[in-house]
Amino acid sequence: MDSSLNFAPVLERWPELLSGLGYTVTIALSGMALALVIGVLGVAVRRLNEPVSTFLVRAFVEIIRNTPFLVQIFLIFFALPFLGIRLSPAVTAIVALGLNGGAYAIEIIRGGVDAVPKGQWEAGHALGLRPSETFRVIVLKPALRAIYPSLSSQFVLLTLNTAICTSISVMELTSAGQRIEDETFRSFEVYFTIMGIYLLLSLAVMTMLNFVGRLSFSYPTK
Amino acid sequence: MSLTDFAFLLGGLKWTLGLTALGFISGIPLGFLVALARTSGSAVLMTLARGWIGLFQGTPLLMQLFVIYFGLPLLGLRVPAWLAVGIAFAAHASAYLGDIWRGAIQAVPAGQSEACHALGLGYAATMKDVVAPQAFKLSIPATVGFLVQLIKGTSLAAIVGFVELSRSGQMLSNMLYQPLLVFSVVAALYFVLCWPISIVGDRLERRMQVSR
Repeated sequence: MDSSLNFAPVLERWPELLSGLGYTVTIALSGMALALVIGVLGVAVRRLNEPVSTFLVRAFVEIIRNTPFLVQIFLIFFALPFLGIRLSPAVTAIVALGLNGGAYAIEIIRGGVDAVPKGQWEAGHALGLRPSETFRVIVLKPALRAIYPSLSSQFVLLTLNTAICTSISVMELTSAGQRIEDETFRSFEVYFTIMGIYLLLSLAVMTMLNFVGRLSFSYPTK
Repeated sequence: MSLTDFAFLLGGLKWTLGLTALGFISGIPLGFLVALARTSGSAVLMTLARGWIGLFQGTPLLMQLFVIYFGLPLLGLRVPAWLAVGIAFAAHASAYLGDIWRGAIQAVPAGQSEACHALGLGYAATMKDVVAPQAFKLSIPATVGFLVQLIKGTSLAAIVGFVELSRSGQMLSNMLYQPLLVFSVVAALYFVLCWPISIVGDRLERRMQVSR
């Protein structure tokens, strides 16, 4: 077998790589949105200080943090049909990414909410707002602002985790690569190329998140 | 699931532990070198270290496994699968540990190394006797956290075809047609392994915040 490097057979399959990248970006962005929702809801539930719901949120966070994403995605993929829910691999991937990222987001956002001075909660109370309104209108934004850098790095990790979704045959970038590898036998060239694409993607996601952060949180604080 | 099936999973778990140990233990000296290069003050070394860290933190671990697994033979290195995967985890660990320890070294006040310089201590003595011991203490919680990340990361060796815990789970699930049961047990095994380490890490981190 010819063992010299040859990237041509890989690069000429660029339309497949591009469509895989499109899939990757789609499930990554949807996963981030779901993770943010789960993160905020999880923190809100924990603020209720109600033993059962607090235990459930904590158990969820600990289970997700201490098991591999690969096993989580398999469990979700095989468990949902048992519950009578049939989802396409892509939607399953979004659910898995959202749940995984959501658990980390709960931990991160909780830190931000704890960092908001108590006086802000008291101010909300004094204005006659209910605790849920205080959380939503007064506390949430500065809390998110405080932890936005950590949340951004977590979302970059979420983007990189999309590669694992190839194991339930989502047609994303890695999966496109595996298909090209099967047909060209250029294993190293395929994965080297794709690794480069992921590197650019994570830089792009970081830049995008910084931009979103500047748009959302660049209000004066004093 | 019979007892033999469970024993089969434990056989996979053994390889998960082996891979983690291989990656972590060889990642420690490599990561130390990365951290030293990253804080060295030499433009070339710092750029190289920054690139190394950025490469591993900016790409999926799965791609790193694939590239190293398929790249080693191209370099003329014919190594068994476990060693190829182990090398990949060691390289991965060196970048993450290097970045963690870079942060810890930079967290030691600059006055400390300036004082050493004023006392006429060289770089090696300053690092070994003054900066590293303090940085080491600061870096323990994050290092422990990375260990959990690495244990979970070894599950990706399954996609390369390496039979560790996750791959054993896949094989067993294909034999028994009970994916829900098998993967729940697999998840439980990972959890039993990782949770105590996470608790220790969290506790160390809290203690460190108090002591500051």
